[in-house]
Amino acid sequence: MKNVVVVGASLAGVSAIEGLRERGYDGALTLIGAEPELPYDRPPLSKEVLCQHTGASNLELHQRDWYADRRVVLRLGVAATALDTDARTVTLADGGSVDYDGLVIATGSIARPFSAPGSAPPPLTLRTRLDARRLDERLEAGQQLVVVGAGFIGLEVAASARSRGLEVTVIDLADEPLSRVFGAEVGAWFRRLHERHGVDVRCGTSLTASNVDGGRTRVEFGHTSVLADHVVAGVGATPAIDWLAGSGLRIGDGIECAADLSTSVPGVVAAGDVVSWPNELFGERMRIEHWTNAIEQGRHAAGTLLGDHEPFRTVPYFWTDQYSAKARFVGRATASDDVHVERADDGRLVALYGSRGVLRGAICVGAARELAKQRKAIAERTAWRDAVHAGAAPV
Amino acid sequence: MTYKVTFDPAKCQGYANCIIEAPELFDFDEDENVAILLEAHPDESLREHAKAAERGCPAHAIGVEDEE
Repeated sequence: MKNVVVVGASLAGVSAIEGLRERGYDGALTLIGAEPELPYDRPPLSKEVLCQHTGASNLELHQRDWYADRRVVLRLGVAATALDTDARTVTLADGGSVDYDGLVIATGSIARPFSAPGSAPPPLTLRTRLDARRLDERLEAGQQLVVVGAGFIGLEVAASARSRGLEVTVIDLADEPLSRVFGAEVGAWFRRLHERHGVDVRCGTSLTASNVDGGRTRVEFGHTSVLADHVVAGVGATPAIDWLAGSGLRIGDGIECAADLSTSVPGVVAAGDVVSWPNELFGERMRIEHWTNAIEQGRHAAGTLLGDHEPFRTVPYFWTDQYSAKARFVGRATASDDVHVERADDGRLVALYGSRGVLRGAICVGAARELAKQRKAIAERTAWRDAVHAGAAPV
Repeated sequence: MTYKVTFDPAKCQGYANCIIEAPELFDFDEDENVAILLEAHPDESLREHAKAAERGCPAHAIGVEDEE
């Protein structure tokens, strides 16, 4: 292999570059990215950038010399628009194309669009650095923000805006925030957290209309309405794989990869949010939109491209910061049969998730050591009965 | 070649990923919400764990450097 192309100037893409060079790959290396900027770190966009009003600067994963040292040709500001796996070429938005003999796909996710009936423009979303800058510039103390969607991004934006002195209303269709992931009891903990900080949380309701009203937006939901200065939608993300239509790659919920992150086409691997792969540690197919996963999959996919073909096995790790609450999560919570909330007071939360009699996930707030302990227990496939019993014992 | 693990508590934001990736090298102060480096000169067998902790620190508070 002597001509590797990485599509996606993302954390996963950059980690693949690092992995390729660390493993001694010495050939040509090209990084293609849709955004004009050097690859940057996304988690701060909904947190520090909005809280501290930092203008979304200093977020680069690496400076330009890092890429030069690794002889990476940067093709930034030009999206990949098509893939021909027979000819082994990537078509670019500027009409050009790039040949490869090895390809890493790391195009990440896009914010799921949201629209409501009415005359108002669609809500803002938050995914890119440009989105964050735009939002950061607009938010002013005393204004009213409406957030549609009580998921991670929605709640982080709500917390950040609240810390800057905005009035915030959060609307979600589900009965509690985050309940689709964490269940109602843990969801209620997050609702109380936001209510203590003065956020108006409206669950079990949906936005029915959004109309321009004298320079502001009249947002209607349930039997009530709020006059908003800004409306932000955080209703999830979808893998950025539209450009792969017709490529012959097997697509399901993301790119359907094998256990080693290879795709259905020789010479093509994938990493990060776009990947659906069988995680042997859990015995199920997963697609994970987490920061740490992007790093580790990027590095792993590099190894597979160079001929290693080890299965990628991981216990996912994820965090969310809202006010001073730092929630850390390991494993999987969705589709769990069992939830055991060990403690849920104002400052601390520990809850375990199980399925088919086995521990598979844990969320911890203010309990870092517990998190490490549960991570180990999940990797060892601890029986649910034993996990709950161990948790209940006095420390 | 030996190596050295560095940790900057001022940068630490309490993500706790280090005690997951390298429990042999890090502990955690839950009252202060900050990690604690236990071993700055670990055994060679722990180098991969140290590197994973370095990569996995969202706050870039951990470094792993070769030493002569």
